[in-house]
Amino acid sequence: MTPALDEALLRRLAPVVLGVLVRRGADFAAAEDAVQEALVEAVHAWPADPPRDPTGWLVTVGWRRFLDATRADAARRRRESAVGDEPAPGPATAVDDTLRLYFLCAHPSLTPSSAVALTLRAVGGLTTRQIARAYLVPEATMAQRISRAKRTVSGVRFDRPGDVATVLRVLYLVFNEGYSGDVDLAAEAIRLTRQLAAASDHPEVAGLLALMLLHHARRASRTAPDGSLVPLADQDRGRWDTAAIAEGVAILQGALARDRVGEFQAQAAVAALHADAPAAAETDWVQIVEWYDVLAGLTDSPVVRLNRAVAVGEADGPRAGLAALAALDDTLPRHTAVAAYLHERDGDAVTAARLYAEAARQATTLAERDHLTRQAARLHARGADS
Amino acid sequence: MAKYLLLKHYRGAPAPVNDVPMDRWTPEEIAAHVQYMNDFAHRLEETGEFVDGQALAPDGMFVRYDGEGRPPVTDGPFAETKDLIAGWMVIDVDSRDRAVALAGELSAAPGAGGRPIHEWLEVRPFLTSPPTITE
Repeated sequence: MTPALDEALLRRLAPVVLGVLVRRGADFAAAEDAVQEALVEAVHAWPADPPRDPTGWLVTVGWRRFLDATRADAARRRRESAVGDEPAPGPATAVDDTLRLYFLCAHPSLTPSSAVALTLRAVGGLTTRQIARAYLVPEATMAQRISRAKRTVSGVRFDRPGDVATVLRVLYLVFNEGYSGDVDLAAEAIRLTRQLAAASDHPEVAGLLALMLLHHARRASRTAPDGSLVPLADQDRGRWDTAAIAEGVAILQGALARDRVGEFQAQAAVAALHADAPAAAETDWVQIVEWYDVLAGLTDSPVVRLNRAVAVGEADGPRAGLAALAALDDTLPRHTAVAAYLHERDGDAVTAARLYAEAARQATTLAERDHLTRQAARLHARGADS
Repeated sequence: MAKYLLLKHYRGAPAPVNDVPMDRWTPEEIAAHVQYMNDFAHRLEETGEFVDGQALAPDGMFVRYDGEGRPPVTDGPFAETKDLIAGWMVIDVDSRDRAVALAGELSAAPGAGGRPIHEWLEVRPFLTSPPTITE
C-alpha cells in the first residue's frame, strides 16, 4: 500500500533493535554493526515487501547478520557457542534498553566528538556517511571515530544506569553545533531528546527539550536571505514557530513545577521570556536577569555571566551593564562584542565602533565576524571615527 | 569538535632548530622523514581526527583582475623573500590543546642526522558556524 519507505520509523526502531540484540548476548560493537546492516537491508526490501512486524523483521535480520559476522570471525567461535541461538529476552523493557543505549553512547570515557558520533549512529540510526557529511569530515575518518568509540565502551556494563547529565551534554552539542549536510541535526537532536524524555523522568531532560524547541522556533528568523545573522532584537517575530513555542513553554512549566531547577530549565526559562515578548521592547529583562542569577548559581560558566551583563544592560540601562561587564575577565569570548553593544547604547559611538572592529577580529564564527564588521562599518559611516 | 589548519612553510616561518635543507640529507633520512609524515597522517585517520592533507608545488604566481574585457594580470614567480606555503594538514579535534599537541608531534618529524627538525608550524583555527543557543 505504501511503497515509500518510512525512514523515520526505521530510525526510531534502530535503538530498540540494538537493545534487543545486546540483551540477547551480542556484544555492543558487533550488534551495532549488525543493526546497521539490517537497516540497509530494510531500505532495499521494505518498499516492495513491507513487513507486518517491522521490529520483528529487523531483530530477525539483525540477529542473523550478527551470527554471520560472529561465525565468519574464527577468533569469535567460542563466544558464538556461549551466546547460542536461543534468544533470552529477560525482564528488561525496550524503554530501559533505549535509556541504557543513551548512557553507553555518552559514556564519560568518550571524548565529546566520539560520544556525539556514536549517539547519532547507535541511537539515531544515521549512517556513518550521513554523520561524516554533517560534521564535514571524510567518511573514513568518521568510521574510525565511531569504531574507536565502540572499542572504548566495549567493557562498559550495559545494565548499569549512567548519569543523565552526560547524555544531555551530548544532545546539547548535537543541537547547538549543528553543521550542514543532508541531515537536519537540530531536528535530530530534538527527536532524540524527545525520545529520551519519553524513556526517563528527569526534569532536566524536559528542560533541555523545552530549550531546544524554544530556540528551534526562531530558526527561520535567525538568518537573513543573504545568510547574515539577525540579532534577536531585530528578528521578525511573526516568523517564529508558535506551535513549537507553545509546546516548549508547556514542557518547561511541567518541569519547573517539580521544583528541581537545573541549568537547562533555567536556560529554557530565559528563552521562554524572549518568546513571550510580542516585541523586543516588551521583553521582561528584569525576570531574565533573575534567571541568569539562578543560572550563575548553578554553573560557573563565563557565558552566563556575560549574558547576565547584557540582560542587566537592558533591565537597568547600559551603564549598569558596563559595570557588570567590568567585573568580568575581559579575555572571555564575546566580551568585546558585548562591550561594543553597551557602549553604543550608552551613546559612545566612537568607542563602540572601535570595539566592534576589535570584536570582529576575535570572532570565532564567520557569521558573527561579518555581523560585527557590519556594526563597525555602520557606525563609521555615521562618522564615528576616533 | 573544531577544525584546525596546520600550515607548513617553505619560507617565512622562523628557522627550525635542525636547520639543514632537505637536499643535504641522506636518502635514508629523507625516507625516514616521509615515513614519519605518512605514519602521522595514518594515525590521525585511526583516531578519527584526519580531514585533509596536501602538499603544494613551490612554483606559483599572483593573479588579479585587470578590468572588463582584459585578461587577468599575472605576476610571478614568487620573490625569494615571500612567505611560501609548502602544504597543510586539516584536523578535527576536541580541543585547542589537542591541536597544539598534534602540531608539536608533526614538528618532530626527523631531518638531518635522524634528529627532529623542530620546524615551526602555523596552527590556525577554522571559523565555524554560529551556535544556535547564544543567550
